[in-house]
Amino acid sequence: MTDSIAKNASDFAGNAAYVVVALLVIMALYSILTQKNLIKICIGIAVLGSSVNFFLVLLGYRQRGGIPVYYLRGAGDAMVLPTPQCLTLTAIVIALATTALMLSLVILINKHYGTMNIDEIRRLRG
Amino acid sequence: MNWRDHLPALLVMIPLLGAFLTPFVASCGKTVRNVFFVFSMALVLFVGASLCAATFDGRVLVYVMGGESFSLTLPSGMSYPVRILFEIDAFGSLLILCVSVAAFAGAVFSIHYMDRFSGWKRFMALYFLMTAGALGMSATGDLFNFFVFVEISSIASFGLIAFWRDKPESLEASFKYMLISQIAAMLLLIAIGSLYGKYNALNMGALSSMMRSGTLERVSLALIVSVLAFKCGAFPMHAWMPDAYAEAPSGVTCLLVTVSQASFYGLIRVCYSIFPGLTQGGTVGWLLIVLGCMSMFFGVMMAVVQHEIKRLMGYHSISQVGYMLLAMGVGLLALGDGNRVAAYGLTAMKGGLFHVMNYSFYKGLLFLCAGSLYYATGTRDLDKMGGLARNMPWTAGMFVIGAAAISGLPPFNGFVSKWMIYESSFAVHPVLPAVAMITSVLTLASFAKVFQAAFLGPAKAKFVAVREVPYGMLAGMAILTVATLLLTLFPGWFTGNLFENAAQALLNRQGYIHAVLGGM
Repeated sequence: MTDSIAKNASDFAGNAAYVVVALLVIMALYSILTQKNLIKICIGIAVLGSSVNFFLVLLGYRQRGGIPVYYLRGAGDAMVLPTPQCLTLTAIVIALATTALMLSLVILINKHYGTMNIDEIRRLRG
Repeated sequence: MNWRDHLPALLVMIPLLGAFLTPFVASCGKTVRNVFFVFSMALVLFVGASLCAATFDGRVLVYVMGGESFSLTLPSGMSYPVRILFEIDAFGSLLILCVSVAAFAGAVFSIHYMDRFSGWKRFMALYFLMTAGALGMSATGDLFNFFVFVEISSIASFGLIAFWRDKPESLEASFKYMLISQIAAMLLLIAIGSLYGKYNALNMGALSSMMRSGTLERVSLALIVSVLAFKCGAFPMHAWMPDAYAEAPSGVTCLLVTVSQASFYGLIRVCYSIFPGLTQGGTVGWLLIVLGCMSMFFGVMMAVVQHEIKRLMGYHSISQVGYMLLAMGVGLLALGDGNRVAAYGLTAMKGGLFHVMNYSFYKGLLFLCAGSLYYATGTRDLDKMGGLARNMPWTAGMFVIGAAAISGLPPFNGFVSKWMIYESSFAVHPVLPAVAMITSVLTLASFAKVFQAAFLGPAKAKFVAVREVPYGMLAGMAILTVATLLLTLFPGWFTGNLFENAAQALLNRQGYIHAVLGGM
């Protein structure tokens, strides 16, 4: 597991993927927190979900690892871990359901409020 | 083979199967549909109660999914469990009982309450899924599986909150809840992934046995605690709660209350059973205490100014969650020190767990009463109601019981659990029970206002034709009233057995680990 995180701090190439995950999470949170348009917020949520999935797959990665199926693994002995991939598949399904539901809510909200600006959707207060 | 061995699987299987059978059953006519709905929920309640009885002697039930044998946690050569498994101890079964009673009452109530509306297939299927999610959260022994059940119950609740999709307010409440909930869920998944990356295990017992203290663990713990505190509605992250509780149909709100209790279960399980090494220092305990006090006080302060009945009760939910956070925080301070546990920790935990059950029952009851008022009068605005006690004597009577219990009036169950919390938190700091008592007084004031505004006063001309709600709705409320009265009449038996067992199960971390890992 921790093997995939490069032991040597100067080995930037080994950890670059984690940096990408961090950047994606920050970008997603930035778009969710600053954007006013509902669709852009939904995009932010979808990017956040994908970056977490990326993180999970990355956890199971082994240097030069093959497919985690015994007779398909290729020349090397190492295989990547299958469990995080199963987790990711589950998480993708969940993210799909949420994104679909979220977009359908956006359509209904747009129909009722006539706006996509989250600041104008404020009937529930106090 | 004994059927009782399969109770943990049945617990989640019945509502899941119910959800997928719903489209077929709902096309067979109204009577079949209603009987199916109530019967399935009664079955869930039966399974929940049997699980409670099975864990009564302190046993920890383990059920392995998809293995060659349901009881084999460690297949040959494995030093930690690889399969998804359910692990139910006395604490888990307490929550399961709360969820299943509330789900049953909400279902019975909804039969008549939702009768005027179309979309029954969707309502029933989502209601089943939400029940399955909440039960699974309290039963699972696997962190990733916990995340999946959190998502099942969350997604079902988004749909149910926005069930009246012709009302802009419900759409708004659902969207806002969904937005924050999804960010929270993703942060939870990051935390779970990080723990998996370090320990190569997702099983709670296995993680607990390997847990060391380090930066990664601290970050994960902080993420999990903040996410689950948000999900159960603690103060700075409470904004979704009154919106969602007010806009969802009342039978659903009754279940939503217990879904937030299932998140509370996750929070407590993580603090007590998985990370005790990190949480014993006092930081997390004090964090829960501070969150609890703020939730109690600000929740009730915002509730007293409300004029809309379900919104007011939604704010009271925040303050009620505060009591439980306070109690479990005090218990956490005592964790790991036998003297302190005996002095105040165990009382705090028993009080907190008693309050969990009380809150599920009387809060569900109050939301159902609010739903009845809305059903009969068509309004949720307290200023427009008045004099309804003459028209709706049964609803008024059950409302009084719920209101007296939530305000902690002496003979009622709310008083017993609150008294245990006052008593134990006084040992930590005298300010804590003071905050709790002020909250209790304000709760009483606020519910006195609701009762006066809705049920007393001169009869209003436009409500002359208002009649008592149908029997089905009264039956739903009566189930929770009876549950509340049982807790009121036998507080000694419940604290001595049910809550004592649950608190001991929480303290017995080795037992929790042992059930999965065997002799380690």
